[in-house]
Amino acid sequence: MNHQPTPQTGKEKNPNLKKISGITMESIGVLMTCPMHKYLEQQLETHFNLFRLWHCNSSITEFLKTHQGNTIRAVVGDTNIGADAELIASFPNLEIVASYSVGLDKIDLRKCEEKGIRVANTPDVLTDDVADLAIGLILGVLRRICASDEYVRIGKWKDADFGLATKFSGKSVGIVGLGRIGTAIAKRAEAFGCSISYFSRSQKPFANYKFYSNIIDLATSCQILIVACALTEETHHIIDREVIDALGPKGILINIGRGAHVDETELVSALLEGRLGGAGLDVYENEPEVPEELLGLGNVVLQPHVGSDTVETSDAMADLVISNLMAHFSNKPLLTPVI
Amino acid sequence: MDCNGYRQENHDQNLFPKPKVLVLEPPPVFIYHEDILSQKFHFLKAWDSPLPLDQFLTTHAHSVQAILSHGSCPVTTNTIRLLPSLGLIVTTSAGLDQIDLQECRRRGVSVAYAGSLFSADVADIAVGLLIDALRKISAGNRYVTQGLWANSGDFSLGSKLGGRKVGIVGLGSIGLEVGKRLEPFGCNILYCSRNKKSSVSYPYYSNVCELAANCEVLIICCELNDQTRHVINKEVLLALGKKGLIINVGRGAIIDEQEMVRCLMQGEIAGAGLDVFENEPHVPSELISLDNVVLSPHRAVHTEETLMALVDLVIGNLEAFFSNKPLLSPVLLDE
Repeated sequence: MNHQPTPQTGKEKNPNLKKISGITMESIGVLMTCPMHKYLEQQLETHFNLFRLWHCNSSITEFLKTHQGNTIRAVVGDTNIGADAELIASFPNLEIVASYSVGLDKIDLRKCEEKGIRVANTPDVLTDDVADLAIGLILGVLRRICASDEYVRIGKWKDADFGLATKFSGKSVGIVGLGRIGTAIAKRAEAFGCSISYFSRSQKPFANYKFYSNIIDLATSCQILIVACALTEETHHIIDREVIDALGPKGILINIGRGAHVDETELVSALLEGRLGGAGLDVYENEPEVPEELLGLGNVVLQPHVGSDTVETSDAMADLVISNLMAHFSNKPLLTPVI
Repeated sequence: MDCNGYRQENHDQNLFPKPKVLVLEPPPVFIYHEDILSQKFHFLKAWDSPLPLDQFLTTHAHSVQAILSHGSCPVTTNTIRLLPSLGLIVTTSAGLDQIDLQECRRRGVSVAYAGSLFSADVADIAVGLLIDALRKISAGNRYVTQGLWANSGDFSLGSKLGGRKVGIVGLGSIGLEVGKRLEPFGCNILYCSRNKKSSVSYPYYSNVCELAANCEVLIICCELNDQTRHVINKEVLLALGKKGLIINVGRGAIIDEQEMVRCLMQGEIAGAGLDVFENEPHVPSELISLDNVVLSPHRAVHTEETLMALVDLVIGNLEAFFSNKPLLSPVLLDE
């Protein structure tokens, strides 16, 4: 992918984004739900009439005390604050929700559909980064890279050998959800000689991997289980005690999906009791809170929800959000529509 | 084991004594699996004796046929000459610079080594260190465990791996495994090696400096010898540039460590992932203070699976030798 990093200085308009002549976008009210990316914020301010929800304590009620609800025609949300029923109801002129994420779990899609509100997200541009992180987490946990880095930093290497880790190459990998990200993970793991199997709503005809129609069977058969599916009502707590026990004391769980995919309480007790071999987590049920019990464990690697947090991808996601908004307000097709 | 079992084993020992194998210094594999190896072989432990080596050899090991060595245990001309019955040196390492191969060739002593047993594990660590350094995984882990995510907000951005040009220094068994793994990440692989490899399509550079100038990541996968000592010097690091990363899974002395530390401190390169250092276990204190460096205590091959496979390989080679069968992983000494 030949993405050139886009300018992040000041408020100049991004020459990479098509300027739609004859249309004054600067008057269009866009609400950004939280501070997600400085460059995105700058671009939104430059191209539109930007409102920042966090200046009103992230409260819609407070926002409406000092602003007219009907000024907002677009909302830019993310994995923290999206567009729920309350928000949608508060902005009667809302036409489009452009999410700075690929995940849609923080958007009330049914309500949007009902009211004819367009929804766009940021697929594809972040696929590589999230898949890379999944592999990084596997290596961090199995090969104990993070733990041994700490070992060296606190000076223990001089005293004693660090000990043995677990080999990654050739291990069995199970993927929950074989979408874009799941497929990208599979391709990477294959290069390590791993056998790949997956669980999905339906078998993918073009995937040359073993399909399991039952997640327990998948967890039983693999050593590394990776959550890569979308968060929906069906997939809430899809990783429960039964799945964790099936994965077992030599198994490791990698979550680059959503915190709510995993029953976090069960995960913690399984790790503390040795019923699960290890975990690599980028997401949690109640971010930025992370269960305290996990903080000291040598077989756990914790990331602060950084799946797509590279300079290059953050800019690419921002450009996509802006492009979708501009396309919508010039009556052109959205680049990455959901609804 | 009960009395009868012991008597039987003792009886068997007299009829079929365990072959004697000389060990000059304990190989790292002894820490974990000496018991398994000792079941098959009787080890003559030179380091355990109060006698100086020469005396130990002439007194206790004169008739010995095999030596078990490891990567940093020299097997010198002198040692070989004091062992008239020596027929085999088994080393647990992939490297051979610690053994006088010329003397082995002269004497007709076979050498068996680890071959490409370690290559997958070393390649895995190289990729792991690279992703960690670019995506700040260890630093991010610290950020969370120190409670900073809840208090100080979002962690800083990392850098994307996909699309990067990765230069592999030394395209042997390990280098090839690294290249193979990085391809699906969207990396463009380039390399520098003693000779161009006709079997790969990666662009070849005949010198490291030119390679560094054309890539954003350098991964050191070559062996340490006279040509490669400090081959990664100031010129190469500056050519790599301010966005460049260096990953070392070879030997510490391939890089001019002091120079690398200076470049990291001054932002002349963007980061590093290091499994090896010039003076292990000493790690320059400046590196400890950096968040854009990932440090690993020379454990690229330290997995349970590979160590067990190594034990099997050592046993297999020794048993083959003692029963006049072909070695499992012989070094071709004629080359």
